[in-house]
Amino acid sequence: MAGKAVLTGTYFMNGDEACCEGALAVGCRFFAGYPITPATEVAERMSWRLPEVGGIYIQMEDELASMAAILGASWGGVKAMTSTSGPGFSLMMENIGLGLCTETPCVVCNVQRAGPSTGLPTLVAQGDMMQARWGAHGHYEIIAIVPSSPQEMFDFTIRAFNLSEQYRLPVLIMADEVVGHMNERVVIPPADQIQVVSRKKPSVPPDQYRPYQPGPDGVAPMADFGDGYHMHVTGLTHDERGYPVMDAATQEQMINRIVSKIRDHAHQIISYDAIAMDDAEAAVVAYGISVRSARRAVAEARGRGIRAGLIKLNTVWPFPEEMIRDLAGRVRALVMPEINLGQMVRELERAAAGRCRVRLVPHAGGSIIRPGAIVQAVESALKEA
Amino acid sequence: MPARNEKEILITGFGGQGIVLTGSILGKAATLYDRRHATMTQSYGPEARGGSCSSQVIISEEEILFPYVEQPQVLICMSQEGYDKTKASLVPGGLLIWDTDLVTTRELEPSWTAYQIPATRFAEELGNKMMANIVMLGFLSAVSELVGVDSLRQAVQSSVPAKTRDTNAKAFERGREYGESLLKSRAKKDQGQEQA
Amino acid sequence: MSTKKKKPDAPHPHDELLRTDRMPHIWCTGCGIGTVFSCVLSAVEKSGTPLDDVAMVSGIGCTGRMAGYLKLDSFHTTHGRAIPFATGLKLARPQGCVIVASGDGDLLAIGGNHFIHAARRNLDLTVICVNNFNYGMTGGQLAPSTPFGARTTTSTQGCSEEPFNFCALAAACGAVYVARWTSLHIRRLTTSIGEAMNKRGFSFVEVLTPCPTSFGRHNKMRKPLELLKFYHERSVIRNYIDPKDAVLDFKKNLVVGKFVDIERPTFLDNYRLLNRGELGDWPDLEPKLPRPEKQASG
Repeated sequence: MAGKAVLTGTYFMNGDEACCEGALAVGCRFFAGYPITPATEVAERMSWRLPEVGGIYIQMEDELASMAAILGASWGGVKAMTSTSGPGFSLMMENIGLGLCTETPCVVCNVQRAGPSTGLPTLVAQGDMMQARWGAHGHYEIIAIVPSSPQEMFDFTIRAFNLSEQYRLPVLIMADEVVGHMNERVVIPPADQIQVVSRKKPSVPPDQYRPYQPGPDGVAPMADFGDGYHMHVTGLTHDERGYPVMDAATQEQMINRIVSKIRDHAHQIISYDAIAMDDAEAAVVAYGISVRSARRAVAEARGRGIRAGLIKLNTVWPFPEEMIRDLAGRVRALVMPEINLGQMVRELERAAAGRCRVRLVPHAGGSIIRPGAIVQAVESALKEA
Repeated sequence: MPARNEKEILITGFGGQGIVLTGSILGKAATLYDRRHATMTQSYGPEARGGSCSSQVIISEEEILFPYVEQPQVLICMSQEGYDKTKASLVPGGLLIWDTDLVTTRELEPSWTAYQIPATRFAEELGNKMMANIVMLGFLSAVSELVGVDSLRQAVQSSVPAKTRDTNAKAFERGREYGESLLKSRAKKDQGQEQA
Repeated sequence: MSTKKKKPDAPHPHDELLRTDRMPHIWCTGCGIGTVFSCVLSAVEKSGTPLDDVAMVSGIGCTGRMAGYLKLDSFHTTHGRAIPFATGLKLARPQGCVIVASGDGDLLAIGGNHFIHAARRNLDLTVICVNNFNYGMTGGQLAPSTPFGARTTTSTQGCSEEPFNFCALAAACGAVYVARWTSLHIRRLTTSIGEAMNKRGFSFVEVLTPCPTSFGRHNKMRKPLELLKFYHERSVIRNYIDPKDAVLDFKKNLVVGKFVDIERPTFLDNYRLLNRGELGDWPDLEPKLPRPEKQASG
């Protein structure tokens, strides 16, 4: 165990590597995964970094197993994650559902590539945004974070773990091939400057412990395997004791709990930055790598006298509905670039509720969006608006 | 349209030549040792070896917003396919560098500054053709002022395995010396032309 | 699968380990799972393992419900994924004793890939497979264990596929402990489960159990006692024979016994070797060339 968990310093590293370092810095000590372009570099770095810090790396036989293994590790009391891309993300959905139902903290990093199916394995897309929201069956709320740089891959991975521990659920990092493979400056702060949140443990004796009885924050304290609480954990609909109960009333209670704990804290979870928005007539609303295109586009538009601003979404799920509703009343147009043919823009339209024009800048994938396309969309939207 | 103050560099070749590492070393030199801003993105196909591959570096005094290279000011070609596919993107007045033995150029845009170096051959002479990319970086340090030469030296040293640092340092200097002597002979030739 | 049974009044000898507030259980009259569960409880008690350190992981199906009745840390996961879940649980807490309880369909149809890889890695898990030759919970469909010719709701004219020999498969994949009993071999089964728990590495115990409700109903074997007798009379004990020869032939013999009990480093043994750089030499065909370059990261 010669290595340090927090590699304080300045680096020129890619996003996949930064994701790995963020995870280690916040205390991740278990990684189970299956290699897949363009997420392989996360696994590769984990495979030698985790043993250095006393953790476990295991390459599983597939992504079904990877996702199941990190849930198991989490119940073993260890912060755990996996990384994948499109096809693997699809396979993980089953056990992401188990993680949601059993309220298991863990982190899944999806370095998106173009699909469907094998698609363009080495090239970028943002086509899994709705799969992130609804890919597991049943009804639930999810948290998805979207980094737009290697530095954010580091910072947001830390946040992903903290949110997963705080709210007890799998948190998704919806990265993409360009963010994952792009090298850029990454500053890793000293260990004492890294915020680390860990799951609440039960404070009552085992005979009084009800594993799914929520605390005042809506989240139940979590015992780990070996703590002596002898809890039962099941993917069946269960009551506060964790016992399966097959009826509509228990279903309603359980679903309300896993939904409310996120909805009630949406304000604390949602994160975005407003850039050049003070006098903006049009707002480009962007997430992930498309933020980079959008930032250039806004700078170019401003250069041409167009009052454009940028809303940079750092989280996409839960969707910042209130902010968008308010924004739609203040600007004449919302423009969303995304590397799909219209996914998050549906949410944007829904939240804007007709209060301003909403324009999509679509791209089917394989490349990032050219800033010129966004500038054009802003111009034409303002003309029509 | 590159933003003001941004230098765009495109390095092309095929998988296995260390093209991505080359871009990474260049970006690292700018970021960590010159303390400027840099991004390096890559594009490659499904092949582990032999497929077309490129690395795109942007170096800037300011934060880089858009990380794709669209109109490179510097184009380094280590394969024929890479050259054929990308030469049209090089801006007027741009710097073109290619590996003599791997690329055949025909008519060049007169505004370009063009150099060639048998980087792979030099690397082979030094014992490992895998170091052609480092020879190329040494050469680049002589014929351009993209990053500080000591920064680039440091970046090479901190990017290659400890065991190979000495040979890589030699490869770098081999490329640099070749570049310096090429510049001198060009200067002489130019002088001669002026005198004539 | 009836839920209208009466709650028993008398205490059960294993009440300490049971979630008595969840009784009655869902298993049918004549089902063998309860017997197997009882053997597991006896083995856990006899093993002397601190109870806080014992966990059970199960998948989906009748056997998967075992975890729900055990008053220890217990995890009822998704169909087929008990082993990978248990893999994470065990590696996160290596001092724990992790028992996987699974049915034949769960473990070796949908979960087959996980089974063979866990055995290959020699993960220190105790895997108990209750084999009732069909998917019992859902009414009796074809499983990878269904004997050639047997009828199920998805092979109404008789099963035209050859079944797996689970013990041979486990042994071939590297399991260090492999045994098979029927649910009537209570003493031997309990001993085997205890040995499997104490064994370091991937241990596999298969138990042939009657499923009168589903398998029996379709195969003229619906009387629980007759079915039990049949299994017992047809079973022949052949300890330490090659599990490939431990054939299950309903027309002749059902071979049972302890087939494999060997030593092999576990996943964690080798992982620790790796961390100490003691994995050993690898043939070097390129002694003079520098190693391929890993892209350094700064």
